[in-house]
Amino acid sequence: MHNKTIAEISRDLAAGEYSSTEITTDLLARVKDLDKGLNSFITVTEEQALAQAKAADERRAAGNATAWTGVPMAHKDIFCTKGVLTTCGSKMLGNFEAPYDATVVENFSNAGAVSLGKTNMDEFAMGSSNETSYFGPVKNPWDKDRVPGGSSGGSAAAVAARLVPGATATDTGGSIRQPAALCGITGLKPTYGRVSRWGMIAFASSLDQAGTMTRTVEDSAMMMNVMASFDKKDSTCVERDVPDYTSTLNDSIEGMTIGLPTEYFRDDISAEMQQQVRNAIAEYEKMGAKVKEISLPNTHLSVPTYYVVAPAECSANLSRMDGVRFGYRCEDPKDIEDLYCRSRGEGFGNEVKRRIMVGAYALSAGFYDAYYKKAQQVRRLIKNDFVEAFKDVDVIMSPTSPTPAFKFGEKTDDPVAMYLEDIFTIATNLAGLPGMSVPCGQVNNLPVGLQLIGNYFDEARILNAGHKFQQATDWHLKAPQGIE
Amino acid sequence: MALDQDQVRKIASLARLQIDDGQIAEYQTNLTNILDLVDQLSAADTNGVDPMAHPLDAVQRLRADVVTEKNQRENFQKIAPATEQGHYLVPRVVE
Repeated sequence: MHNKTIAEISRDLAAGEYSSTEITTDLLARVKDLDKGLNSFITVTEEQALAQAKAADERRAAGNATAWTGVPMAHKDIFCTKGVLTTCGSKMLGNFEAPYDATVVENFSNAGAVSLGKTNMDEFAMGSSNETSYFGPVKNPWDKDRVPGGSSGGSAAAVAARLVPGATATDTGGSIRQPAALCGITGLKPTYGRVSRWGMIAFASSLDQAGTMTRTVEDSAMMMNVMASFDKKDSTCVERDVPDYTSTLNDSIEGMTIGLPTEYFRDDISAEMQQQVRNAIAEYEKMGAKVKEISLPNTHLSVPTYYVVAPAECSANLSRMDGVRFGYRCEDPKDIEDLYCRSRGEGFGNEVKRRIMVGAYALSAGFYDAYYKKAQQVRRLIKNDFVEAFKDVDVIMSPTSPTPAFKFGEKTDDPVAMYLEDIFTIATNLAGLPGMSVPCGQVNNLPVGLQLIGNYFDEARILNAGHKFQQATDWHLKAPQGIE
Repeated sequence: MALDQDQVRKIASLARLQIDDGQIAEYQTNLTNILDLVDQLSAADTNGVDPMAHPLDAVQRLRADVVTEKNQRENFQKIAPATEQGHYLVPRVVE
């Protein structure tokens, strides 16, 4: 049963092949059995899952089922879940039971989905390897000596290991697409503002966006149908109709123009990696798409821009973690300053502290113009590159990450080396565009991801392009050894 | 842009973060490397470019100034480290 996709489970439940309780029980047993070796979950909510499954079965019996009723999934531990531990991968929130549900969580509950629990992640979503989680790193199901990517590594690994058919995730600089690529699954980051950020613990508010982790593009479209909604509780959420993302999946892509940015096919990306992506492009040409070389000339400035904007916003957002109202508090504070400094010093890990400090420095008196304002100006240049490019092309394609999954410890001593892991994904967040990664090949038995970047609110088109690719190839069906 | 150790201590204090003395040198190296990466921005020509705060250049939505939330003090204080009679407890601030 664990090999079923969301679409298949939805059809099977409707046909009465099995009940939600049956598949939920089956997957919970699988989590118990396999996740000791993967660490993809921080919290498994067995009791609540079985209660949701029972309610879903009753709803179906009463004739009120929708496409999602009784379908199992999981949430990244960055989404607040009422009465359930919501840690954000941090000691700081190690005891935090959220007093309310995030809008994304509520949308899935209302649709009748069954949540099996909360998935592991880099601390406060800051990391590209899942090694910054206070709850220990997630292992990549393809090779347990390697990282699953990050920050949504738990969601990616859980989906790749067939513990759940889909999971929510978030992407601030590549945190959906890069782990999806490294774990051989499909990951979509929608346009900024498409999905509500309410109840999603904030890292960098002008970049954060929730999205999907699934094995197929069709399932991603099904998740988007539930996730995307206008929410007046998120002031940056965009009021705009939500299309049925599944209805255009099979549209012809004949005549579609694919842009290949020369800056994303650099000499230091291995020939094998580039070949996998070129093969995918060739597949698109067979389907009638046209290919055009384009230039995004400010690409080299995207990582430096990000490492001003994201730390500055995180230093402000994480100031709410002060040991007073919720979360971790140090023992025996001698005064209020000691309470703040030690609660935060002991509650946050090194990477989080580094980013808060970079942000505090960039925003401090006298440096604002040189750092934050400058970065916001360059951010516009980066956006303008994409606006220009989309005058001539429909979709931009590139590798998702510069390498396949790397080994644990390989980049932990050098934060800057880790930051460069997101070199192909970060610009999309700065511009606010939707991006997706689909599996498109392998190098040394490790999955390689193809990134598809769409124009603003053009999720339907990249989902369509991704789905057509998955109809023509079988990379998305490949499972890690021992997982079949 | 090389930071010295006193600057690292000052930034930590501004951010209300206790950093152990034994870790200051490591933070000094890492923060300096990050700022070196960031310094690539200074070469970009941004004359006359408007800073971009929001990807869609959206403006803040406004709403009527009416109460929309109900008081959930007990609910929220249940998860606080220390409370008393509806207040959050912290070490004495005023002598």
